[in-house]
Amino acid sequence: MKLKKWQGITLTIITWVLALIIFFPIIWTLLTSLKTEREAFNFPPSLIPIPASSPVDEDVADDENADATDEEEAEEDEPYSIFFEATFANYERALFDADFGKPLVNTLVITIASTLLALALGIPAAYGLAFKPDKRSNFTLLWLISTRMLPPAGVIVPLFLLARDLSLLDTTTGMIIIYTGMNVPLVIWMMRSFLLDVPYEILEAGRIDGVTLLQEFRFLVLPLVAPGLFATALLCMIFAWNEFFFAFNITKSQAEPLTVYISSFKTGRGQFIALMSAASTLAVLPVVIAGWIAQRQLVQGLTMGAVK
Amino acid sequence: MTNTGISPNSEKPKRKRKPGEQISDQMLRRTLIWPALLYMIIVTQVPLLFTLRFSVERWNMNRPDRRGFVGLENFVDVITDPDFWIIIKNTAVLTGAVVIITFILGLMFALLLNRQFFGRGVVRTLLITPFLIMPTVSAIVWKNVLLDPSFGFISRMVESFGFGTPDFFGDFPMASVIVIVVWQWMPFMMLILLAGLQSLSVDQLEAAQIDGANPLHLLQYVVLPHLRRYIEIAVLMETLFILSVFGVIFITTSGGPGIQTTNLSFAIYDEAFSSRDIGDASTMGIYAIVVANIVVTLFVQVLRRGSQEGVTA
Repeated sequence: MKLKKWQGITLTIITWVLALIIFFPIIWTLLTSLKTEREAFNFPPSLIPIPASSPVDEDVADDENADATDEEEAEEDEPYSIFFEATFANYERALFDADFGKPLVNTLVITIASTLLALALGIPAAYGLAFKPDKRSNFTLLWLISTRMLPPAGVIVPLFLLARDLSLLDTTTGMIIIYTGMNVPLVIWMMRSFLLDVPYEILEAGRIDGVTLLQEFRFLVLPLVAPGLFATALLCMIFAWNEFFFAFNITKSQAEPLTVYISSFKTGRGQFIALMSAASTLAVLPVVIAGWIAQRQLVQGLTMGAVK
Repeated sequence: MTNTGISPNSEKPKRKRKPGEQISDQMLRRTLIWPALLYMIIVTQVPLLFTLRFSVERWNMNRPDRRGFVGLENFVDVITDPDFWIIIKNTAVLTGAVVIITFILGLMFALLLNRQFFGRGVVRTLLITPFLIMPTVSAIVWKNVLLDPSFGFISRMVESFGFGTPDFFGDFPMASVIVIVVWQWMPFMMLILLAGLQSLSVDQLEAAQIDGANPLHLLQYVVLPHLRRYIEIAVLMETLFILSVFGVIFITTSGGPGIQTTNLSFAIYDEAFSSRDIGDASTMGIYAIVVANIVVTLFVQVLRRGSQEGVTA
């Protein structure tokens, strides 16, 4: 649509303002994570972080108690300032004191292992469905969608009991098995759609030269679908990283991933807002970055390749 | 090009091949699908069969001695329980409200993003971020950092405007849950609708404009019909996911006050792990699967139609 210049500018401003409103909870969490717990509680809030510059703090750091009381008194008198000194203490606390390490390792193990397994199972299947379809292929593809869309609550009871009886309860192995099942249909649908884009002539040429299946995949197909493969892997990781329902019901203290760990802040009202914000930021950072990178393929992955 | 199209590649040219190696290679290609298929059958259909079996049993883990076959008794018990209908209503309200609101907002943002402007990529990135954040973090942040009656930023903003201290999760539990889920899922709608808008040719729009269509007509007669397939896919898929919302409810309201925000997923969890009634929980699980399968069937029809019409999506 053709717009007059002022209309265009107005629309751009409106878009930006609306986008910032939607993004606001995230900005707010980031700001809160850089404050002390006391600052986090202040209202009206300070909005602009500045680097913690005063070396004075470090001089008196030896005498922490005195320092703390001084600060308390000082701050009550302190007038409102839009600036606050950014501190990374919450991140340090989250990483080293708040039992963050174990759930982080669990999430990493579960996410990476289940993604690799889903790719290992899904890519050959997608290969078969794309290049060697038969009468059953259509049915298989649609059935795979129905497994991806199965409500988790519909199978949680048997999964829990099976996991219990097979000693997989509260183990990363149990979670890896479940998340692999969650991601295999996604891998098959996405990789199939990327493989269908491979020009048939290339495969034909390879077959005339008598390459084996593995050679064909490794040297002819893989270079062409590598970007798609990368996007598929990122999407699997996003889903595994963020899943909560299965994790919450199948794991306890030993194998709990970050989603379950974060949910334990549920009752920590108020006292630890800043720490909670820092832990939350750390927990979502890898996946948010992965999602930003895979933006272009996000739509395709979310709709199982139905929309490009 | 569409790859949901389920039609196989057209006949490939036949060529002579040496027996032996080539044949086994062909056999190998046919078996490629089996590991994945077997895996999926084991991890999805086996639990499904168990759910079916438990749904016809009287089985409370607190009273394992009374376990036994009861036929369809659980199914009758569950649907004659007035609470179950409240839970169904909650599930419908939550799902319906989220899908409708995210559709309106998602369409609005998709339209706003479907033009060149300063910082378009950045705005798009900002807008998809809520979808990437793990649901438990979203829920925790909204509950404690934004909506908490005494510490939450939004609560204190409302307070400072002199509207008293709101207790969002106490006074408007379902609306609060809806707001959070909408915030998470708006980007999903937006991304799919934006993909649809970008496949709409500029010529079509300009032709309509030359014919004197105003923006509303343009939306009604050109844009929305073109988006139909995208809307169907987005709405049906989102419906499936929202039907299973759990984390946000668990963290913010635990289904309460009372059962005001208990949806089917939360009810099944509660029945299985608090009441420890495996029979009734499995029965509700079957109901959930039936509801989901109705939506899946519609979704598959959309996919099929797309491949028949050769719609470019």
